[in-house]
Amino acid sequence: MKPAPFTYHRARDIDDATRLLSRLTDDGGDPRVLAGGQSLVAMMNYRLARPGHLIDIGRLTTLRGLRTGEDGALHIGALTTHHAVETAPDAVLAPGFTVLRDAMRWVGHLPIRTRGTVGGSLAHADATAEWCLLAVLLDAVIVAQGPAGVRHIEAGDFFHGHYTTALGPDELLTEVVFPRPAPRAALTEFAPRHGDFATVSAAVDLDVAGDGHTVRGGRVALGGVAATPVRVPAAEAVLARGGTAGPELASAVARAAAGAVDPPADAEYRRGLARTLVERAVRQAVAR
Amino acid sequence: MSGRPGGTGRLVGTSVRRQEDPRLLTGRGRFTDDVHLPGMLYAHFVRSTVASGSVVSLDLSAVREVPGVVAAFDAADLGLGDITARLDRPAGEFVPTAMPVLARDRVRFAGEPLAVVVARDPYAAEDGTEAAKVVHDTRPAVTRDTQALAPGAPLVHDAAAANTLLDVTMFATEGIDSVFDRAHCVVDVETRTGRQNALPLETRGAVAAWDDRDRQLVLHTSTQVPHQVRTVAARCLGLDERAVRVLVPDMGGGFGLKCVVGREEIAVAAAALRLGRPVKWTEDRKEALTASFLAREQHYRVRAAFDAEGRMLGLDADIVCDMGAYSCYPFTAGIEPLMAAAEMPGVYRLPAYRARARAVTTNKAPSAPYRGVSRPQFVLVVERLFERAARELGLDPVEIRRRNLITEFPYTGVNNITYDPGSYRESLDLCERTLREEGWYAARDTAAAEGRHLGIGYACFSERTGYGSAAFAQRKMEVVPGFDLAEVRMDTSGALTVTSGTMSHGQSHETTMAQIAADELGLPLEKVRLHQGDTERVAYGWGTFASRSIAVGGSAVRRAAAELGRKLRHLAAARWGVPPDEVVLGPGAVRRADGTAELSHTELARIAYLATHLLPEGMEPGLTATASFDGVGDGTFSNATHGVVVELHEGTGQVEILRYVCVEDCGVAVNPQVVEGQCRGGIAQGIAGALFEEITYDAQGEPSATGFMDYKVPTALEIPDVTVRHLETPCAFTETGAKGAGEGGTIGAPAAVLNAVNDALRPTGVELNDIPVTPQTIAHALEQHS
Amino acid sequence: MTETTHRPAGQQLLGLTVNGERREVLAESRRTLVDVLRHDLGLTGTHVGCEHGICGACTVLVDGAPARACLMFAAQAEGCEIRTVEALGEGPDGRELGDLQQAFTEHHALQCGFCTPGFLMLAEGLLSERPDATKEEIREVVAANLCRCTGYQTIVEAVDACAARRRAATPTPSEEDSCS
Repeated sequence: MKPAPFTYHRARDIDDATRLLSRLTDDGGDPRVLAGGQSLVAMMNYRLARPGHLIDIGRLTTLRGLRTGEDGALHIGALTTHHAVETAPDAVLAPGFTVLRDAMRWVGHLPIRTRGTVGGSLAHADATAEWCLLAVLLDAVIVAQGPAGVRHIEAGDFFHGHYTTALGPDELLTEVVFPRPAPRAALTEFAPRHGDFATVSAAVDLDVAGDGHTVRGGRVALGGVAATPVRVPAAEAVLARGGTAGPELASAVARAAAGAVDPPADAEYRRGLARTLVERAVRQAVAR
Repeated sequence: MSGRPGGTGRLVGTSVRRQEDPRLLTGRGRFTDDVHLPGMLYAHFVRSTVASGSVVSLDLSAVREVPGVVAAFDAADLGLGDITARLDRPAGEFVPTAMPVLARDRVRFAGEPLAVVVARDPYAAEDGTEAAKVVHDTRPAVTRDTQALAPGAPLVHDAAAANTLLDVTMFATEGIDSVFDRAHCVVDVETRTGRQNALPLETRGAVAAWDDRDRQLVLHTSTQVPHQVRTVAARCLGLDERAVRVLVPDMGGGFGLKCVVGREEIAVAAAALRLGRPVKWTEDRKEALTASFLAREQHYRVRAAFDAEGRMLGLDADIVCDMGAYSCYPFTAGIEPLMAAAEMPGVYRLPAYRARARAVTTNKAPSAPYRGVSRPQFVLVVERLFERAARELGLDPVEIRRRNLITEFPYTGVNNITYDPGSYRESLDLCERTLREEGWYAARDTAAAEGRHLGIGYACFSERTGYGSAAFAQRKMEVVPGFDLAEVRMDTSGALTVTSGTMSHGQSHETTMAQIAADELGLPLEKVRLHQGDTERVAYGWGTFASRSIAVGGSAVRRAAAELGRKLRHLAAARWGVPPDEVVLGPGAVRRADGTAELSHTELARIAYLATHLLPEGMEPGLTATASFDGVGDGTFSNATHGVVVELHEGTGQVEILRYVCVEDCGVAVNPQVVEGQCRGGIAQGIAGALFEEITYDAQGEPSATGFMDYKVPTALEIPDVTVRHLETPCAFTETGAKGAGEGGTIGAPAAVLNAVNDALRPTGVELNDIPVTPQTIAHALEQHS
Repeated sequence: MTETTHRPAGQQLLGLTVNGERREVLAESRRTLVDVLRHDLGLTGTHVGCEHGICGACTVLVDGAPARACLMFAAQAEGCEIRTVEALGEGPDGRELGDLQQAFTEHHALQCGFCTPGFLMLAEGLLSERPDATKEEIREVVAANLCRCTGYQTIVEAVDACAARRRAATPTPSEEDSCS
């Protein structure tokens, strides 16, 4: 379990990285970007991934950190680690985005979170990865930089399938933007063993009236029921009809979600999980 | 002299700090992969990618061109003897398999080694293996026991008809059929248990080098059985056994997987001899999961007959163990079925018994003993039978066990085994009382009223430990383990070195064996060091497996120490001019019983070596003694009851263990903290087998797990805290009163957990008998019900 | 090609800071940090258990945070402070047990000892960041690594006991106030 040979490049800045990516792609050199490496290096040790070139962006400190824009959007640099989000103080991670911080406890384990990055997770695009689910749920925008300049890609258009995304081979994912706070959002999941990729993961973002208990609408997203994380319009329709936040609503949303998905494997079990987890997520979101 | 040390020491029975810990805690242990020799090369294996087929061609020429590769050898290049484990049984009962060190014309499982590539570093060695050109003629794979036994199935070994390596019927009590015909109640259970990897966290590995000065092959390897590796290495390489020295550094676990001889360590030795340079091989995790040794895949169909009061009248078992592609050395493919058939009645009185036990061969990585060997399986089966009988007869599941437990000892069973005294009944009573007093029965009722699913389960079992050669001889192994040797040597400073033929791989022998020797001689613990894992230092040893080390090895250590103690007493007595029985060893010095004089061990040692003119007439110089010990009769039985409370979660199907109590009796606990550690660790492995770990094979013989994503070793969040309570029924014939304690945790956990799960499932009418139980299965069962 | 490029089979000179010491090593770029620590620098206290980041036997501290040394190329560690189990001990030669190690031996938190360095570094990283970690938080972090011998209970207890001992030895802010 030793990786195959590759040529190692340490990018000096974003331009250097994208130039290298572009040139090596054109040359057929099969370059890959190395961020935290928590998925990529494991795959390379198995020789399941064998890039000809690795472009290490670990030194691009400008890609690290969280920033709140003037419009209230939260910008997370691609190299920000899961652990940095997990431990970000309110001054950096506004209370409206607490769901992101809380979701981090589901990402692998502490030693993975200290190295693994937000951008790496999005670019790797595991169907049950927490960042992918959060991006789809919250309409995040993924920012990519390539030879043609900067592209903003809607999360809904970003994930194409298992480990495949809209990212071009010569593009570098630089940032993800969560456009608006989601104070009543929650993510939960289930795996047979703690810390593993989820069998099914569920996240909801509720629109709750000022009275604190009237639900006016919201979003529901699931991972592990299709090749990418998906929004579940049927469940969102239940939320859109509105109602009092409570067990009945949670249960109705959950039933709708379970009925709407068609997992490619273990369908019955995963539908049951979807129902259980959506219900939990709604309850947690209400309780915020 | 059982239980009473010859010295005045009081270390046995106390939880002294471990001698092993300081080096292991500071990163200064030395494991096999830490051994670095000048000029060392690194090996990696070309392995079969198909489960069954003939090797049409194997071309290594491109391998040898890969940068960094120094050499590549296939079976023909090395010309080694095969590894063949035998039982002394007729052909109708047992068929041996010749396991070549490197496969020749035929491959029998995906992962089987075909060639060894040696390179300047492990990266280049792996590059080299990718350049091998192997052409297979793929044959249909045999991947399930039922498929293996079906008429017309492809044969894994041409000589093994019906893919059967062992087929014996034992203990067919006369009239057993009529017992079943007349019984008030007959229950049956069919159980399958998943194929597991014992999974020492340190994988296998070896470093081999030829030493010209000693004219010896020095083989560092991570093994529980150094002398057996020496025997097989010498045979395969065509060397005198004297010309092989096996050295075992610190071991990162074994659990049985390392008590058999591996092909790779022999191949690495052969490569080192060919190249005249040291060669290291460190198994990677993918190899460890797919190409080392697996265990535990068994299929039981068992009936039990009961009278109206719940007394068991008969047991009729059909046992099929899927042993994979080859017999392991030295135990053979008979290890699992023979253990199961011989010991299945366990802690219960049983008048009539019949067992047919078979080992089938399939195109999977071969099986080796794994902590508990078949006992986790047959205890699960028997404990399920009792639960079923309790339901049929309307009895409490604890009460029906009570009516059947052996309470008078020694007890000779229908299986011709004599059980020495234990606390079968007492352990069950204490375990049940604990759960009752803690309120778990009330909690179960409350939960049921709330629509939640709580269950309580038990497992009662004994564990034969300290097998002597007589007990092993009943298995009819060609080589018969049993005894062990120990030597004690006091140096001129009065410090003691103990050498034992056992091989600690986490069991704390450096501490416990030292406690025994120190007590015997009245020495402080820090004056005693244990030496293991060097075939030059002890004439022969059987290593560590089958919970034998404290019972057998510890007894040999105490005997050797006692022998040395007699000499110290005589020497001191002569100095004082008193009879030897007026001399007391320790604490800390050698004293006259009346307290009027004392000599330090150092002073006596000085006389024995450096001032021998002071020795009494006829006493030999030096302070050494050797002794052996062999297990007595049928061995000694540790016992325990495990009690478990689980909650099943609807929707996810998660099995949450809320409470785990283990009441164990391993006789005298030399170091209670170490015993608790063995219990807890064993229980964790048993829970793993019940709920988490399995390697399955698809129809082509491809294994399901190549890493820990798929092979789900449980973590601290899956394994609960365990309360361990001790009972003590000292063994009458081991030198310390200790019985073995290594395997019990693993044996009891699957049955206790599965019984608790089934108790929780009771309202659903679903009954689960196979392990591992997956969340999906539980979710499905609860869903059907709601 | 820029100076930051290293071709396959070519060896590169890496400068690493390990346990406060500046070390240089000539290695292929594909060499993982754990292999460089163990085989090039001779620091064999850090172990290799799975090489895919799950077992945690190779856990070391990278800039104070626990990380899997099997999921990093050594080249990525240039400029970082690496700390391994060899630096945990006390006394002039590092052979005396520090408080965390002491807690491990007292609680019998190790048997074969192979996973132990990984757990020690994991716990050291946790306690330096979260000295107030509760026992349940400790358990959650301990779940990051695999142990096959102990059943984990005594590892959790050892880390918890060490944390409690450290807290007892460090005056709380209010106590400091009252003293000043």
